[in-house]
Amino acid sequence: MKLGKVALVAAAFFVAAGASHVVAQQVTGAGSTFVYPILAAWSDAYSKQTGIKINYQSIGSGGGIAQIKAGTVDFGASDMPLDPHQLEAANLAQFPLVIGGVVPVVHLPDIGPGELRLSGPLLADIFLGKVKKWDAPEIAALNPGRKLPHLDITVVHRSDGSGTTFNFVDYLAKVSPEWRAKVGVGTSVAWPAGIGGKGNEGVAAYIQRVKGALGYVEYAYVLQNKLTYALVQNSAGEFPSPNGASFQAAAASADWDHASDFYLVMTNAPGPNAYPITATTFVLMPRYPKNVTQSATVLAFFRWALEHGQPLAEKLNYVPLPPALVSRVEAYWQANIHVRF
Amino acid sequence: MDQAIPKRRSGALGDALFRVAAFSAALLVLVLLGAIAISTLIGGYPTFAHFGFGFLSKAVWDPVRREFGALVPIYGTLVTALIALVLAVPVAFGIAVFLTEVAPRRLAVPTSAAIELLAGIPSIIYGMWGLFVFAPFMANTLDPWLSDTLGMVPGLAPLFSGPPLGLGMLTAGIILSIMIVPFIAAVMRDVFRLVPPALRESAFALGATRWEVVWHVALPYTRTAVWGAIFLGLGRALGETMAVTFVLGNSHDFNISLLAPSTSIAATIANEFTEADSPAYLSALIALGFILFVITFLVLLLAKLLLLRLAKQGAR
Repeated sequence: MKLGKVALVAAAFFVAAGASHVVAQQVTGAGSTFVYPILAAWSDAYSKQTGIKINYQSIGSGGGIAQIKAGTVDFGASDMPLDPHQLEAANLAQFPLVIGGVVPVVHLPDIGPGELRLSGPLLADIFLGKVKKWDAPEIAALNPGRKLPHLDITVVHRSDGSGTTFNFVDYLAKVSPEWRAKVGVGTSVAWPAGIGGKGNEGVAAYIQRVKGALGYVEYAYVLQNKLTYALVQNSAGEFPSPNGASFQAAAASADWDHASDFYLVMTNAPGPNAYPITATTFVLMPRYPKNVTQSATVLAFFRWALEHGQPLAEKLNYVPLPPALVSRVEAYWQANIHVRF
Repeated sequence: MDQAIPKRRSGALGDALFRVAAFSAALLVLVLLGAIAISTLIGGYPTFAHFGFGFLSKAVWDPVRREFGALVPIYGTLVTALIALVLAVPVAFGIAVFLTEVAPRRLAVPTSAAIELLAGIPSIIYGMWGLFVFAPFMANTLDPWLSDTLGMVPGLAPLFSGPPLGLGMLTAGIILSIMIVPFIAAVMRDVFRLVPPALRESAFALGATRWEVVWHVALPYTRTAVWGAIFLGLGRALGETMAVTFVLGNSHDFNISLLAPSTSIAATIANEFTEADSPAYLSALIALGFILFVITFLVLLLAKLLLLRLAKQGAR
């Protein structure tokens, strides 16, 4: 293990040294707002070490996909993976970069973080507007002994299109056939109930203000705003707390073997410790880049980020990819992104 | 007039240059306006072609199935702007009367400055204030009170029903009214000052009260400009984006109640443009933009027609 790490570091140095005369001084990327804080931190640290600037515009996943397809940026970032057909049509390669989790949050009197338990089908029924009160028997059944108020449930969702929404509704669709049939999956959907907040911070603000509210936000916002999160039952019947360990457990147990181009939404992953609504941000790059130097520089940056960027990521409440997945990603680069000279 | 001014050669050249410069400046506005109209029409054309008039009358907004109808955003836009106008015009009128007729100079100057400052506050600040301060007040105080009073009046009940979320068309309308008051008040104040002192003084000499001077002398004299001020405010309320996004609730469900969340055209575009991931979705949003453009145009047209009629009445 130790030897392997040393070898990896040596290899990284070798690559960096060998490529030093052909690296670009500046590369650009665009897309997901979710990864912007960590990309900014990584690129800052990276440019201090190497002098190479990574310009990342957080214009949203949809915008990132459009820009990388148009070839105006060196890489795109999206919270929603493209399927292999779309990737092939646009001649793009795709790999995961960081992991996050989508966490249901509530505003209820006398209920603290992690005390309320929900199941996937129940979440779907609430978001479908079928379960309307907090003291409904469906909720009480999962929370024996806990006093639930006779209060309207105010559903809070995102008003803007978002990768967070995509992962959340993807989970609902996996556990509720009715959700799949009636609403479906997308970065924004026709919500059957509730009010919309703009951005994670908008949803967090509504949750803090409306009594009886139930919404969903990225894990980092739960920590920053000290929101009351609810636990969700995973496919093994357990109620894991949302944290780095349970997100990594989901990433590790997800079936990457059968996912070509990492086309896999990690929600509802198997395993007793796996958090059920785990999400990934994906990077998109051209398979046959027109500008090889630019793409090689981007890959060197991501190699550095995946291998040495974990402490920075954890400091900002992002969850780095588990080591096994990192080696898988690096093998994928070798095979699919043609940057050799 | 022309003959009265002695002609100089350099002056002729200067005149010509000035004429061209002024003409192109005016033309630029027209070209820009036309370009915006045409490009939003082209961008929204697939939507109009696919949904026809159903796009205007349907309340469905489903990006997953790519079914779009603009009824809720249109309704939300019009209702919030109307609430804003109903609340803002009397207040702005009061401010303008106070500043020009009542206030002593040492009070009028700082108040004028305060109004101009209010006009300069970015709309996001109003949005944040609305969300963090005003919405809780609405949810805890005003919304329940309205439901208990006006909500009990037959006929008005549907307008004031629903759970008190504090987010909705009424909240958005009130925030908008605060935002447009300075614009309307500033223009009204300026035009009231233009009323010739002779007119005003003769009215006072005839024994008119201050109110009668304002209502029967100042207002008729400045009628055109006052309407202009009101429509300026309306135009701003129709297109306001950020503040509305924060307090309107951003819901595509059709609901007639003023306490219910809704969405507006500008808020929908701002919310959804970045992640509009299919051409149909993008086209629907651009089509919304075109509709907002048409609504604003109609409002201005209405204003012009109104002014024409008023001018005719005045001439009689």
